[in-house]
Amino acid sequence: MNDMSRVERQVDTNKIKLECRDCQVYYGETHAIKDVNVDIEDKTVTAFIGPSGCGKSTFLRCLNRMNDTIDVARVKGSFKLDGEDIYDKRVDPVQLRAKVGMVFQKPNPFPKSIYDNVAYGPRIHGLARNKAELDEIVEKSLRRGAIWNEVKDRLDAPGTGLSGGQQQRLCIARAVATEPEVLLMDEPCSALDPIATAQVEELIDELRSRYSVVIVTHSMQQAARVSQKTAFFHLGNLVEFGETGQIFTNPEDPRTESYITGRIG
Amino acid sequence: MPLLWLILIVVAIAAVGYVLGRARALQSAGGDSRGLHSLPTFYGANVALKTAVPAFGLLIVWLLVQPIFVNSQISGMIPDTEVEEGSSRSLVMAEVRRTAYGLENAVAQGNITEDAASNANADIAEVTQSLKDAGQIVTSEITQPILLAAQSYRVMNSGGYSVMSIAVILIALAGAVFSWRQTQSEYRARNVVEQGVRVLLLAAASIAILTTVGIVLSLVFNTWEFFKLYPASDFFFGTTWSPSFSGRGGSSSLGVLPLLWGTLYISIVALLVAVPIGLFAAIYLSEYASPRVRSFAKPMLEVLAGIPTIVYGLFALLTVGPLLLEVFGDDGLGWMKAGTAVMTAGLVMGVMLIPFVSSLSDDIINAVPQAMRDGSYGLGANQSETIRQVVLPAALPGIVGAVLLAASRAIGETMIVVMGAGAAARLSLNPFEAMTTVTAKIVSQLTGDADFASPEALVAFALGMTLFILTLGLNVFALYIVRKYREQYE
Amino acid sequence: MTDASMQENPEATPHPVSLTAPNERTRKRAKAERRFRAYGIAAVATGLFFLVVLFTSILSEGIPAFTRTVVSVEFTLTEQQREESEAELFKTKAYSNLFISALKTELDERGLNVEINEDAIERLLGKVGGTIRTFYSENPGKLGEPVEFDLAASSRVDGYFKGRVSRDTMQDSRFLEKSDLDLVDALKEAGVIKQAFNWPFITGADSGVDNPGGAGIGASVVGSFFMMLVVLGLSLPIGVAASIYLEEFAPQNRFTDLIEVNISNLAAVPSIVFGILGLAVFIQFMHLPQSAPLVGGLVLTLMTLPTIIISTRASLKAVPPSIRDAALGVGASKMQAVFHHVLPLAAPGILTGTIIGLAQALGETAPLLLIGMVGFVARGYPDGFLAGFTEPNSAMPAQIYTWASRADAAFYEKAWGGIIILLVFLLTMNIIAIILRRRFERRW
Repeated sequence: MNDMSRVERQVDTNKIKLECRDCQVYYGETHAIKDVNVDIEDKTVTAFIGPSGCGKSTFLRCLNRMNDTIDVARVKGSFKLDGEDIYDKRVDPVQLRAKVGMVFQKPNPFPKSIYDNVAYGPRIHGLARNKAELDEIVEKSLRRGAIWNEVKDRLDAPGTGLSGGQQQRLCIARAVATEPEVLLMDEPCSALDPIATAQVEELIDELRSRYSVVIVTHSMQQAARVSQKTAFFHLGNLVEFGETGQIFTNPEDPRTESYITGRIG
Repeated sequence: MPLLWLILIVVAIAAVGYVLGRARALQSAGGDSRGLHSLPTFYGANVALKTAVPAFGLLIVWLLVQPIFVNSQISGMIPDTEVEEGSSRSLVMAEVRRTAYGLENAVAQGNITEDAASNANADIAEVTQSLKDAGQIVTSEITQPILLAAQSYRVMNSGGYSVMSIAVILIALAGAVFSWRQTQSEYRARNVVEQGVRVLLLAAASIAILTTVGIVLSLVFNTWEFFKLYPASDFFFGTTWSPSFSGRGGSSSLGVLPLLWGTLYISIVALLVAVPIGLFAAIYLSEYASPRVRSFAKPMLEVLAGIPTIVYGLFALLTVGPLLLEVFGDDGLGWMKAGTAVMTAGLVMGVMLIPFVSSLSDDIINAVPQAMRDGSYGLGANQSETIRQVVLPAALPGIVGAVLLAASRAIGETMIVVMGAGAAARLSLNPFEAMTTVTAKIVSQLTGDADFASPEALVAFALGMTLFILTLGLNVFALYIVRKYREQYE
Repeated sequence: MTDASMQENPEATPHPVSLTAPNERTRKRAKAERRFRAYGIAAVATGLFFLVVLFTSILSEGIPAFTRTVVSVEFTLTEQQREESEAELFKTKAYSNLFISALKTELDERGLNVEINEDAIERLLGKVGGTIRTFYSENPGKLGEPVEFDLAASSRVDGYFKGRVSRDTMQDSRFLEKSDLDLVDALKEAGVIKQAFNWPFITGADSGVDNPGGAGIGASVVGSFFMMLVVLGLSLPIGVAASIYLEEFAPQNRFTDLIEVNISNLAAVPSIVFGILGLAVFIQFMHLPQSAPLVGGLVLTLMTLPTIIISTRASLKAVPPSIRDAALGVGASKMQAVFHHVLPLAAPGILTGTIIGLAQALGETAPLLLIGMVGFVARGYPDGFLAGFTEPNSAMPAQIYTWASRADAAFYEKAWGGIIILLVFLLTMNIIAIILRRRFERRW
């Protein structure tokens, strides 16, 4: 593919966190992802855009092996996190997912208290040696999730009682609590109203200072607002990948242009 | 079987009515069915419905009301002197009915002539003897008033049934004629018939209510009788259960506590077996098992639920009991005296409840949204952590409901405890001792020789009442919890 | 490169440096995972283990009930012998002496010389003389011809063959003495005594308390059959009518709610309570005959109704509303739409539910105890079709319970055998239900 050369050019600015080569995904008989090559950079927001069913969510789920939980899905190709193949037989997906956290389309707080929701990850990974440390982690994560001020007085209230936007920020805080290095977000704002969306977008921008963030989104405006790099998927193919500004102002592939101008998708 | 004949006659009238009604409708439209408001069959059905429904309705009501009426009439005939000390009017009435049936059967068999049976001045000893000769069960002491009452009981009953037959047939005919004359081409037969069918459907649905009413009435009524003969406080708070075998009350202690304890103990043992196994099986089958394992193991476990309880009872009595006795009996650890014990019944009941717990929990675990699991996996939790810390807490209310339903099953289970738990009522903590339950005692009190009007038999209804309220309460509570749980995820 | 990230993150990264090298904690977590999984496997295995144990004990204990021990002797009775015997004072004794001498001759021919005395024969085979006498009085044409007699051995001898009775543990009693076993062994060597299929068990009626050998389950199968006729004849139409009303016509009001609540509660009422209802209402109040399949059927109908209503409603609900709309659209009335279109489409589901409900009713025992189907010993078949409903009879599960509660252990074998027959019926019904579902299942 001709975009390979451009990817090479970006390397000098930021370190490559996650390197994907010749990735294929099959759902039973369906070939859902075809020959995708992408490099996710550290401390960068990368957006995946494309019409529904183009495979962007599927590809995202490959990055922390969430597809393992689906029986019929098969993944091929090389995915290297800091140079290590995440599909290596010796890799425990559990460890991987602690490093590569995920936030889902629909806010899915556990039916527990706000505190327990955030403390869940640190507890299972054993990140805190005592209650005080755990409290600290919870507070820090909720602050990073930009929700601390709203919930600090009711940490014992159930997480399911929050509003949609608060729930999603809680889920982000929950994901942040395990100290991931990469944060995957699968259409995190699609179930939120515009105000909550703005809050989450602001949060994503702050998260960039610590993590490498990958976001799948339907909204091109959102991709333009929050991301530095953009990948356009179409029918399971990666059509174009590059600087967000360039993709939106000067796309190389006619399909990208059609999508951005609203003719397909 | 005159009742059968009566039914057949009504059906025949209805059938004839159907044919005639249909014919008349066609005729009124000049043989062209397009001139009718409804299809010709509706006119026939109209006649048939109006013939059969009132007739059968009357029949049913009559059959229900007549015994009550006759009983109260006859009961009034018996002088108070006839009701002995320690006995009751209902006991005497039972005597009267038995004598009446004895007379009826004896006449039918030809042992007594009709005249002798209805002769008011008949010699009592002679009648008693001839009844006994005819193989009818009568107590030795038929008295003059009882015989008189029995004779008028017979007369009133048979007279009542004759009147009933005539009335039913007349109603059927009247319905047929009336609806036949209604039949004209403009008559809206379809609407009428459909309205009628709708009422019939409603009646069928109401049978559920009737059944409940029947259960409650038969329990309340007989429990009331029981508490008239035996003090309620002794029943509820008595700690000994030793009915006398004379069947006439007096020396019986009928305390429910030992039975409740036995019931509870056996149910706890059963749940201790069924809940962990059933729950873990459900977890494994719904979260871990490959589709192939699941499609094999799930129906296999459900076979356990389809096996009748009599099989489990026999299994307890003849397989598990002796097996436990070998290990814990005098030859082994010396804890157990006989094969029938709390442990035997509890274990087997637990096996029976495994599929019940597992399939209910399976449904409930599957109702936990996948997003919840994804959230946990996304944080790097492995499967067991996800199940223990996310899925199970989320499913907890539903699982509690399932366990309560299983508990209600265990409390109401009869055959396993009748055959496996023993017959001795005791308040003990040793699970290897024989104990007995509410259900087992209902069976033994009602299948023994005790008179139905004695406290020894009536106590079974009080026990039934206790059981009914207990299980009903558990069920309502459990269903409420499960429904609340379902709503949470819908 | 980890160094770089460390410098930027003030906190030390908690994750292991390499994904492929699991740390202590992950190893422990993986172990907990395996343990948890093992619990699950153990639970499923335990459940299946119980199933296997249950079926092995049913089969191993029950199959012997289908064979019986018979002594088959070829025997010829001449006209003259018969007349002589009939002239005697103890006629059956004379016949039995003839039989013994015939048996002796047969054994002698084979070179076996054993002492046969009359008492021993009676202990082994019961009243042989009576059997022979009845046979010839019914078949006088067989006189003078050789006739093969298959005489059922007593239940103790049967037990000796099946291992229930052994030489070491048995004690001499009026039923069997140790010395008789020598005779049995000799007869076995001669091939006179053998195992045969136990037809009387399948076709026969219950015997008395002291004759386990002659007990059969046939009469109670008939009793169960009549009960099931009642259940089917009442619960199917009532159940379907009730379901149609609730699913298609019922308005949203208190009364409908009351019906719904009642149905779901009745489904969970213990079966024994239905027995109490049957006793109080059908027997005490309406004076229907005790122990009659009619009453049993009525009680079981009330018990099965909730099951049938619940499954019928599910199948009615599965028919998509578009079908109803289509019928209503061409001007059918609501009633016609339901009876012409919805009901036929739901029929396979309704049938499946009904069969499963019937299977449940067939195995139910507790309510039958209370309406007197257990106390009654069914000694024969009912006299006719109608009598089948009203004449006292037993039912399969009640018969099994009766056998299991008798003192003589020989009846236990019959009880297990009865269970095999009961399970065969249940299995057949369930298989029919599964086939129906497979064949007619429709996915909308």
